Amino acid sequence: MRHARRAGVLGAPILLVEPETVPLVTRDAVRARVPTAIVAVGGPAAVGEITLGPDRERLAGVLPGVLWLGFILSGLLALGRTFLVEREHDCWEGLLLAPGDKSAVYLGKLAGNLALMAVVETLVLALFVVFFDIDLARAFPGLVVVVALGTLGLAAVGTLFAAMTAHVRAREVLFPVLLLPVQVPVLLAAVKATEALLAGEPLGAVAHWVKLLAAADVVYLAVGVLTFDAILEG
Amino acid sequence: MVRTLGWLSAAALALGLVMAFGVAPREVSQGNVQRIMYVHPPLAWVAYLAFGVVAAASIAYLVRRAPGADRLAHASAEVGVLFTGLAIATGSIWGKPTWGTWWTWDARLTSVAILFVMYLGYLLLRGTVEDRERAARYCAVLGIVAALDMPLVHFSVYWWRTLHQPPSLMKPGGFTGSAAILWPLLVNLAAFTVLYAYLVAKRVRLLRAEAEALA
Repeated sequence: MRHARRAGVLGAPILLVEPETVPLVTRDAVRARVPTAIVAVGGPAAVGEITLGPDRERLAGVLPGVLWLGFILSGLLALGRTFLVEREHDCWEGLLLAPGDKSAVYLGKLAGNLALMAVVETLVLALFVVFFDIDLARAFPGLVVVVALGTLGLAAVGTLFAAMTAHVRAREVLFPVLLLPVQVPVLLAAVKATEALLAGEPLGAVAHWVKLLAAADVVYLAVGVLTFDAILEG
Repeated sequence: MVRTLGWLSAAALALGLVMAFGVAPREVSQGNVQRIMYVHPPLAWVAYLAFGVVAAASIAYLVRRAPGADRLAHASAEVGVLFTGLAIATGSIWGKPTWGTWWTWDARLTSVAILFVMYLGYLLLRGTVEDRERAARYCAVLGIVAALDMPLVHFSVYWWRTLHQPPSLMKPGGFTGSAAILWPLLVNLAAFTVLYAYLVAKRVRLLRAEAEALA
């Protein structure tokens, strides 16, 4: 408020706003008056600096979500292309003619996707540790369990849906539109469990989320194995 | 048969309206706004019923490969999406005066929104896969995945947050409200179920005619 005196001397109004925000109405009103000068006071953070970086508390709040966002975006890219090799090289008939149970094709593709996603996730996690300076030592064993279960759920449905959308023109659009709503329970459980683990809680504290992830994995895998025959018919 | 269902649903809906506005008492704290309860839960109930039928018809299609089962799944999914949309809309209209907001990320609202998006995707898949037989197979798989996903969605969002009032009809211990509220609700429930049956029957007939025209 020590600036109030100066405002009085200048004969200008004072405007108090939250850091980085000026309400739209206020902004328009200020513009309409065509001010000759605007004096901004307050710390450097008050006039637009990306505050997410230095604010540890806010960072801890969004980190699990950002981490899983990275996982799922990379996963979407990998999963969506599962059957592209066969389509581009005209080998789809080869898959159809493969002898034996078609669920073997499903499990093979799933294993490939899991391996790819595991590599990407390891890299993403390493980058997170480096750039956001988080201490993973305590949370790591639990985190491995949660990430593994979450990834399995994502890949189990993703592999199934990738086969369904392989021949569709709008594959890139349709695939995430189908996959993401179905994956809401997996993502919610994984993000919530990751959040608790990063906050220093033991795996036992999030047992219900881990159980939900495991249940989802069992359901998705069973459906995938049982119905893949119907998808790979023609 | 279909025509009879149509007249039956019209009569039942009319009776439901009379019951909701004439027989049911004016609620003490919410006033007339509460009368939307005679429409909103029946819509939600029919939406769940519709998606249950989609799942059952999908399994039947994968086992028997009867085109009729696929047409039933298709029709039921369309009507289900319609009723889910109406349930969300009536819920919003009810939420504004009672909760003070059109929408909130409460558990039940979230899970219904996910349900809505999931089956919109189902209809989208039907529209984009050109080969009819292939579309039928893919949609059957999606119909099963979506139905099995619902309990998972329910538990996950329930643990995540909840604000919606608990179910008043189907809960342990049974219904505790008065008969003056129960009967109008049950009549509307039956009316909307008959309406659902009518719409599905009509749509199945149309789909059959389409398939015959193309054959």
